[in-house]
Amino acid sequence: MTVRRVMGVETEYGITMPSDPRADPVHLSGVIVRAYADAAGPTGALPQGAGWDYADESPLRDARGHVMARRLADNSQLTDVEDPTLANSVLSNGARLYVDHAHPEYSSPEVAGPLDAVRYDRAGELVMHRAARAAGKLLDLDPDASGAGLRLYKNNVDGKGASYGTHDNYLLDRGVPFAQVVSGLVPFLVARPLICGAGRVGLGTTSETAGYQISARADYLETEVGLETTLRRPLVNSRDEPHATATKYRRLHLISGDATLADVSTLMKVGTTSIVLRLIEAGRAPELELAHPIDAVRTLSRDTTLQATVPTRRGRMLRGVDLLQAYLEAALRAYDPATGVWDRDEETDLVLRHWGELLEDLRAEPARAADRVDWLAKLGVMQAYRDRDGLSWDAPRLALVDIQYSDVDPARGLAVRMRASGRLTSLVTAESAAQACTQAPVDTRAWFRGECVRRFSGSVRAASWDSVVFHRGRRAVSRISLPEPLEATREDTSRLFEAAQDVEQFLDSLDPNSAALS
Amino acid sequence: MAGREQTRRHSQDEPDEGPEPETNTGSAQVSSSARDEETDALLDEIDGVLESNAQDFVHSFVQKGGQ
Repeated sequence: MTVRRVMGVETEYGITMPSDPRADPVHLSGVIVRAYADAAGPTGALPQGAGWDYADESPLRDARGHVMARRLADNSQLTDVEDPTLANSVLSNGARLYVDHAHPEYSSPEVAGPLDAVRYDRAGELVMHRAARAAGKLLDLDPDASGAGLRLYKNNVDGKGASYGTHDNYLLDRGVPFAQVVSGLVPFLVARPLICGAGRVGLGTTSETAGYQISARADYLETEVGLETTLRRPLVNSRDEPHATATKYRRLHLISGDATLADVSTLMKVGTTSIVLRLIEAGRAPELELAHPIDAVRTLSRDTTLQATVPTRRGRMLRGVDLLQAYLEAALRAYDPATGVWDRDEETDLVLRHWGELLEDLRAEPARAADRVDWLAKLGVMQAYRDRDGLSWDAPRLALVDIQYSDVDPARGLAVRMRASGRLTSLVTAESAAQACTQAPVDTRAWFRGECVRRFSGSVRAASWDSVVFHRGRRAVSRISLPEPLEATREDTSRLFEAAQDVEQFLDSLDPNSAALS
Repeated sequence: MAGREQTRRHSQDEPDEGPEPETNTGSAQVSSSARDEETDALLDEIDGVLESNAQDFVHSFVQKGGQ
């Protein structure tokens, strides 16, 4: 067993321009993308005009075995239609930067393990910060004027009814039945926010009740399983769009998670989920079935004492920490050489160690985990304000702290500042995160994509997760297909890149039948 | 310092707020008996960087729904 697997995190960022709060967010998001692509230059990002290759996208294909009729789909689900007014770029780190609905989105490159997921998620914050600065210049906003500039937030709610997503994705063996994935995951996902929730001021979708809760997304989840992502949001999304060989893989697309800024929270979100998926693949997930999973999500999210219990179908009452402990124990049993069948590696050790320590702290005194878990870090700040200034939960300043916690600009962003001062534990250095803005992961096909951007930007007509399309002469194109996420790595292809004098020679050197680019 | 000045301004922005009974924070709350120097320093730092008018800023932070 290993925690390592192909994964990636997509984040829609909140966006606002305080000098003109009513400015069109679609337009502003487009400016963000274009400004970053311009500032990064052709070796850092595909320039305007290059598109996204939608040939392999299938947002209406359901993992439960059917395809939704196009006319029954909500317009916002038709994500495979190119809208020329919407900006899109692919970065030399293999990520996609584009406009999703009314938000700028950073989709990390696919990485091969949770530590790189943290690293490329941190790179996303830096990309957005650089983009905001570049966009401010484009829009001629004075960054020093009070209230000016573009603000970007790594969060998921505006507190007034709108929610936008942070999706975590995992490559799975197609052979594992989807129903087994769902039943094994649901009790885990219900409790997962305890170790990786962002925290949120306000209860209810429009914050109709004052208070604080653990998960930013809890109040926006309405069903256990479903295809939609913008309405009737499910705990487990069933979109069957593997972005890889469909007969071999499925991509699990989870939309219930929060955007996290604390490194350990991000590590926990993707690391523990990957381990639970291993348990499911091995048929070793604990046999838990909750009576009312969506109710349970809300109950657990609203209890910061962590003493609330939720009923299983068999009538047991379990706390969120009990649910997570059951999964951790199953993982430890499977990982123990004496009782398990799984090999050991350092990254898995790290995830299991943090998982165990966090659960211990959450049981004893949750505030102890405030250096690792966003909802507790944020709550600690808010509680200090409440103590010092006697603020109630509907005080505007607490709502402001909630929003500003996630500002990506180190001049204002509370989490970014707490990380820099050591109040939040870092797993990735600032230098390493900065490097990840331009350098792709070496051990997935993202390396091939990123290297094509870095070397041949002007010739790339479009790209996607599993393809790069090149202009060839005036009318012809070459479409390089990349159906294997763990192929076309640096090891597989650096020789080809280095040997080619120019793009034509490079494309000629690609053997369509080679193992690397089958 | 600037942080303290902002604190006073914030307090004026929010004149109606009084303490309320503890509801759902329980054991997760930071120990309130001894707000130590580190916490004071953190709040001072945050006071210094918070957007200047909390009420207006929060009111105007309106997002479109996404995925």
